[in-house]
Amino acid sequence: MDIAQSFLQFIVTLDMTIRLSVVLLLACLAGLYSERAGIFDIGLEGKLLISAFFSAAVSYETGNVWLGVLAGIAASMLFSLIHGITSITYRGNQLIAGVALNFLASGLTVVIGHAWFKKGGQTPALPNGARFHEITLPFAEAMRENVPFLGTLYADVISGHKPLVYITFLLVPLTWWILFRTRFGLRLRAVGENPASVDTAGVSVIKYRYAAVFIAGVLCGLGGAYLATSQAAGFGREMSAGRGYIALAALIFAKWRPWYALMACLLFGLLEAISNLYPNINVFDLFEIPVQFTQALPYILTVVILAGFVGKAVPPRAGGEPYVKER
Amino acid sequence: MDKIPRWADVVLIPLISLTLALTASGLVVLAIGENPFQAVWVIIKGALGTASNIGYTLYYATNYMFTGLAVAVAFHARMFNIGGEGQAAISGVGVAVVLLAFDWPHWSIALPFAILGGGLFGAMWAAIPAYLQAKRDSHIVITTIMFNYIAAAVMGFLLNGILKSPETQNAETLPFSAGTHLPTLHDMLAVVGIPFSKHAPANISLFLALLCAFLVWFLLWRTRLGYAIRAFGHSPGAAKYAGISAVKITIIAMMISGALAGMLAINAVMGQQERLIKEFVEGAGFVGIAVALMGRNHPIGIIIAALLFGMLAQGGFELLWDMPNISKEVVLVIQGMIILFTGALDYMVRGPVERLFVRARGGAV
Repeated sequence: MDIAQSFLQFIVTLDMTIRLSVVLLLACLAGLYSERAGIFDIGLEGKLLISAFFSAAVSYETGNVWLGVLAGIAASMLFSLIHGITSITYRGNQLIAGVALNFLASGLTVVIGHAWFKKGGQTPALPNGARFHEITLPFAEAMRENVPFLGTLYADVISGHKPLVYITFLLVPLTWWILFRTRFGLRLRAVGENPASVDTAGVSVIKYRYAAVFIAGVLCGLGGAYLATSQAAGFGREMSAGRGYIALAALIFAKWRPWYALMACLLFGLLEAISNLYPNINVFDLFEIPVQFTQALPYILTVVILAGFVGKAVPPRAGGEPYVKER
Repeated sequence: MDKIPRWADVVLIPLISLTLALTASGLVVLAIGENPFQAVWVIIKGALGTASNIGYTLYYATNYMFTGLAVAVAFHARMFNIGGEGQAAISGVGVAVVLLAFDWPHWSIALPFAILGGGLFGAMWAAIPAYLQAKRDSHIVITTIMFNYIAAAVMGFLLNGILKSPETQNAETLPFSAGTHLPTLHDMLAVVGIPFSKHAPANISLFLALLCAFLVWFLLWRTRLGYAIRAFGHSPGAAKYAGISAVKITIIAMMISGALAGMLAINAVMGQQERLIKEFVEGAGFVGIAVALMGRNHPIGIIIAALLFGMLAQGGFELLWDMPNISKEVVLVIQGMIILFTGALDYMVRGPVERLFVRARGGAV
């Protein structure tokens, strides 16, 4: 294999990595807000799925992809509301609520989709106007032709993605700024670490937890919309395919921090890209890395990190605990 | 002091939750323009209408009894085992390895070894997250979720590699030898002269499930270990003070839980498929959560809930013929609603019921 070909493969892999990590990153940031405020969210998967369905369905019916995105966000936020009512207002088990949401999403998307479009739970393929298209960043062509290595990198990896991709990557610094540089963020994190002290200071724990859960709803809504209108062109049953759980793994891997979340999602996106592009990897003709190992690696890494064998991941201290106001 | 009588806790509250869950699901059916009562009728008919339908219902119910018991044992030790799916899958490997290793002369000899193999594999797959929880403080919910995916990868690796049958293109093992064929309900009922469907997959594992339910009851409420598990579940701090080792209880309870989930492989792999395929668990590990919640973590409740969920699973298939506009995934909606109302929204139902009883007694609220 010559160098030019290797370079091409390198570019293709990086490009695919970015495409595949967007959903993970959106769901991971969603989990970040929620868990930083003390609400464990294993319903990320369900929120992605319900949003994917409604964004595809509404995009198809109206022909306007942005209306589809809004519909996806609305559906995901409705799930967040259910999550909030059960685990904040009624102090139910947050994990069980998440499991319930995942069941509901798997069922509702197919039941409603089947009755609506009569295509066995799928939506029809989205026509041109009803899905997102690649945008070319300025100077992409000029860079490709004039600057050798970096130019191609800019034109084929950084440029040429769909709008939600850029929005998503901008959300990382925004999240960092909100959580670590604003009063809102400080209080939100405090609610997840020591709710009683925040309560003593006269800040409503309930309000902040609802805010966090709703932000998670918006982000998962974007994630689902990306799946159905950008990564694919339409909804297919179970199309979230466990990405909500990988995002959860990435969140732990990132130790509940925004910049680390970006790194973790890119890493897990890269692993997915590798398993798609190069199923079985032959190492110097000595042995073969099976595709299943690459696929399982995100989960294995997460278990290792969580167990503290390599740098301990410590979750927010009040995570999973309903807050009961003292009387 | 208990605020409500025991019967209200065991019967009334689950019934109210179930009613709410079914009402919510009914509204979904109504929203897509179909008659929910007709759908319920189709599901009941589909679950119990013919001997063959009953046989399928009992087959699914057997799976759910195993996974429901698995979740319940972990719940009693205050752990949420969401990894039944992976534990059952790995147990399938254990069962297949045992059954493929020898040319078994008779099922009655093969069955105990298959139970041992499946149980051991399931227990070991649950023991790792348990160890990490007990010793390294890793949250067991996260670890068991991760282990579900790792199990799927292991299955894919084995079934496309060393365990793959050379005779087909599919990722599956060779069929087990004829000597491992478990008696079906048809075979067993024929002995006592009752005719039963030949095609239904219900088999002797149903009785294994009932036996497991009894053993779980005996373990939890009649043995020292069971007492320790429940004490630890009620109050880990107090249990530790009483000299109960948290590490030991966590690992033992999870191993029992994993082995119970693994018994699903006896029903599905040895009893029905008679070879190992990749997707035999079919979500039963997750349904076990709903079963345990609805059955109030008690073996009798779990048997009843498993039968109900078995009816739903089988009856859902019949919707396809009688009400083609409703897809069978409506069963997932019902399961989700049941988990939501009996599990997560317990307090919403319990609060008003408690107030009602206190008021009826004339006490202060």
